Amino acid sequence: MDITKIPHINEVSAFHGEYKPEDCEKKSTVRFDERQKASRKVLPSIEEAIKRSGLKDGMTISFHHHFRNGDYVVNMVVDQIAKMGIKNLTLAASSLTDCHWPLIDHIKNGVINHIETSGLRGKLAEEISRGLMDFPIIFRSHGGRAAAIETEELHIDVAFLGAPSCDPYGNANGYNRDDENSSCCGSLGYAKLDAQHADKCIVITDHLVNFPNAPFGIPESRVDWVVVVDNIGDPKGIMSGATRYTKNPKELLIAKTAADVIEASGYFEDNFSMQMGSGGASLATARFLRDKMIEKDIKCRFALGGITGQIVQMHEEGLVKRILDVQSFDLIAANSLKNNRFHQQIDASYYASYVNRGAAVNQLDFVILSALEIDVDFNVNVMTGSDGVIRGAVGGHPDTAAGASLTVVTAPLLRGRIPTVCERVNTICTPGNTIDVLVTDQGVAVNPNRPELKEKLIAAGLPVTTIEKLKERAEKVVGKPEPIQYKDRIVGVLMYRNNTVIDVIRQIKED
Amino acid sequence: MSGRLRRSMLFVPGNNPGMIRDAHIYGSDSIMFDLEDSVAITEKDTARFLVYKALTTLNYGKKELVVRINDLSSGIGIMDLEAIVRARPDVIRLPKTETAQDVIDCEREIERIEREAGIPVGSTGMMAAIESAIGVLNAKEIAFSSKRLIGIALGAEDYVTDLKATRSPEGIELMFARGMIVNAAKAAGIMALDTVYSDVNNEEGFIAEATLIRKMGFDGKSVINPRQIRPLHAVFTPSERDLKKAMAIMDAIAEANARGSGVASLNGKMIDKPIVARAQYLLELYERSKAMPVEEV
Amino acid sequence: MNIITTGVAGTMESSDIIVTVEPKAGEGIDLTLESDVMQQFGKQIEKVIRDTLAELGVNSACVSAVDKGALDCTVAARTMAAAYRAAESTDYVFNEVKKK
Repeated sequence: MDITKIPHINEVSAFHGEYKPEDCEKKSTVRFDERQKASRKVLPSIEEAIKRSGLKDGMTISFHHHFRNGDYVVNMVVDQIAKMGIKNLTLAASSLTDCHWPLIDHIKNGVINHIETSGLRGKLAEEISRGLMDFPIIFRSHGGRAAAIETEELHIDVAFLGAPSCDPYGNANGYNRDDENSSCCGSLGYAKLDAQHADKCIVITDHLVNFPNAPFGIPESRVDWVVVVDNIGDPKGIMSGATRYTKNPKELLIAKTAADVIEASGYFEDNFSMQMGSGGASLATARFLRDKMIEKDIKCRFALGGITGQIVQMHEEGLVKRILDVQSFDLIAANSLKNNRFHQQIDASYYASYVNRGAAVNQLDFVILSALEIDVDFNVNVMTGSDGVIRGAVGGHPDTAAGASLTVVTAPLLRGRIPTVCERVNTICTPGNTIDVLVTDQGVAVNPNRPELKEKLIAAGLPVTTIEKLKERAEKVVGKPEPIQYKDRIVGVLMYRNNTVIDVIRQIKED
Repeated sequence: MSGRLRRSMLFVPGNNPGMIRDAHIYGSDSIMFDLEDSVAITEKDTARFLVYKALTTLNYGKKELVVRINDLSSGIGIMDLEAIVRARPDVIRLPKTETAQDVIDCEREIERIEREAGIPVGSTGMMAAIESAIGVLNAKEIAFSSKRLIGIALGAEDYVTDLKATRSPEGIELMFARGMIVNAAKAAGIMALDTVYSDVNNEEGFIAEATLIRKMGFDGKSVINPRQIRPLHAVFTPSERDLKKAMAIMDAIAEANARGSGVASLNGKMIDKPIVARAQYLLELYERSKAMPVEEV
Repeated sequence: MNIITTGVAGTMESSDIIVTVEPKAGEGIDLTLESDVMQQFGKQIEKVIRDTLAELGVNSACVSAVDKGALDCTVAARTMAAAYRAAESTDYVFNEVKKK
């Protein structure tokens, strides 16, 4: 028949003409087990994958930071790119850390000329603070990066995503269900989003497993090629066995006060939601909250964010009903993702983006955050150290602070001789109007924009003072520090979660 | 209750600048800077300079400050006094007190230094730690030996070694010493302070011991880890039941006073003086322990 | 006070400072300071060390200090202890009386 005679056929969408058997892919009759071994997605080397991806000078490559300080993938891939003579790339990682210092050479030799990341530490961070790069580093929060990727404002040409397990078709996961589990990292939350939006997606794994590697973090439908290497990372750097409770009395004091603040805040009611960090005081706060939950017979509806063994323990005890996990901080958390049905892996956009249809940070009752510095306007610095050198990560700090109904920052009043509470932070990462309470070892300060909260905390007998008094108290003990000297040159730009510039980092001045 | 609460006295090693700086943040009633057992014999000089400079420079607000010196027979103790009296802590704690004469000897030196330094004579308080069998037998004489004494304390480790007994979780080996010390202190109108509980990870055992010594009449206890302060204060915080009863007693007294009657009764029972005193003590303990005020330092 | 040998006081712990006082030929104090908080407090630490030595009557010494965020009182205490040790003296003088 003449298909053009079909009524309205030219108005039908997705219509590609008449069926011809010779145009279609030939059906395979090989046994599936044989067939998957011959998957065309599996390439023999990273070099081959780079070639196939069409990576060219000036493009943008992306990486995730789920392997933390044990990551081999970034260095392995950039070394290969350098060998192939490709230059002027933008490296857009969800975060970078100490182990990425070999990038210094690749910046010097022109392979990488721009970096976007959430954080930077170690030698690379120091060199950048001293003016290594011409183009300032763009620091984005996890939510800001997700938004930039979703809107394609940050366009990823090729994503190189390390995965502890992957099948020949690209179904990748943060753990290995089949046998050995050494390079397990748990959630692949940050990688998921890159896979979703990159033009080309290459999974690099050290455990090729049989199809289907289900449940998976990254689906085969988003993966172009798979490369098997000997090691994607050092298990010791990827995961700590279990984050342990602190015995530090000062951290315990801060944690106990933070838990009391939350209890008195009005947000600690049945079916509350929360996010906790992985620092000593945060973990201890979780333990004190656990005791209070048992005592008051209330449950947490969900815990969000970076997940630790402490949250998992509360989940397994029935105290936390659901876990939304963008990043697993320890082996217990990673194993829970594997084994617990209501421990859900989420991507960076679901976690914190401000442009999607709903991010989980906006469903938080409270979050507990840390600070390197906090100023009298409650602005928080989690990025530059007391010497002005970059050594931190924005992470989800501004996203959760903005999303949660109650944002609690915990910090010791003094670190060595450096006061945490100061007149003006060196670098604003999270604006003070999103911070509600500061808990220190020497008193609690409530943001003046939350007077009702202050009343509640005072009524509960908490040691409430003002942030100015905390600053005075710190300076009485240590003296007034002289300000850090910077040069004019800008080495880093802090983007707030809506990708507006909130602050800049300047080159440090050295004698 | 007159004067201070001394539920908790936090030990701070005298040669640790970080702990000296932070000693006031944990909410103990007193801070005891130690120049004795926590300081190596080769570092007695450095610790002495450090505690001296810290006390003359840092502001610990209203916290009671105590310094434990080395015993005078060592020759180090007198050097400690020369520095520490001038740094003007509230109290100097004398270790290994065996006789009233030990206290009197120490007081004489303190008084001499006070005069030399132009410090009001008598403004330096003292407490005596009893750490031997003979010291326990002399507890009464020790407790009455000086007007400067604010209390006497038990030091259990040396005492148990002296007895050739062993430390037990239930503390049976300390029953006599505790009884002697609390009785001597109360007879002299000063405080009785209990020894440290060194297994910092055993909170249950610590609470059991704190409960025991509170029942015996001790006013407080030394602590070696800040983590012990909160549970210790909880033990010294009156229960709701006791509190209600105390309030009812005070109401009955107020009502009797309003009637112009000297005799008050509650539920048909006459309220006599000791009952009133205990109720007052309880209410004051409660008032002072319920909140965690921010001290202006 | 005469410096006749090498005197060291303090530790490498956080919030402490190690001060080493050594004899020097000729007058004056040669001071080298390393500090975690050099930018914010370097000048202040140096001043405290020099003032403390002057109070003790030390006019000639080589001093090196490695600071881990010590408070002024710790800097002074360690300097005093190191100086007395370097002078092999135990004739301690405590002039300062706390005002109440």
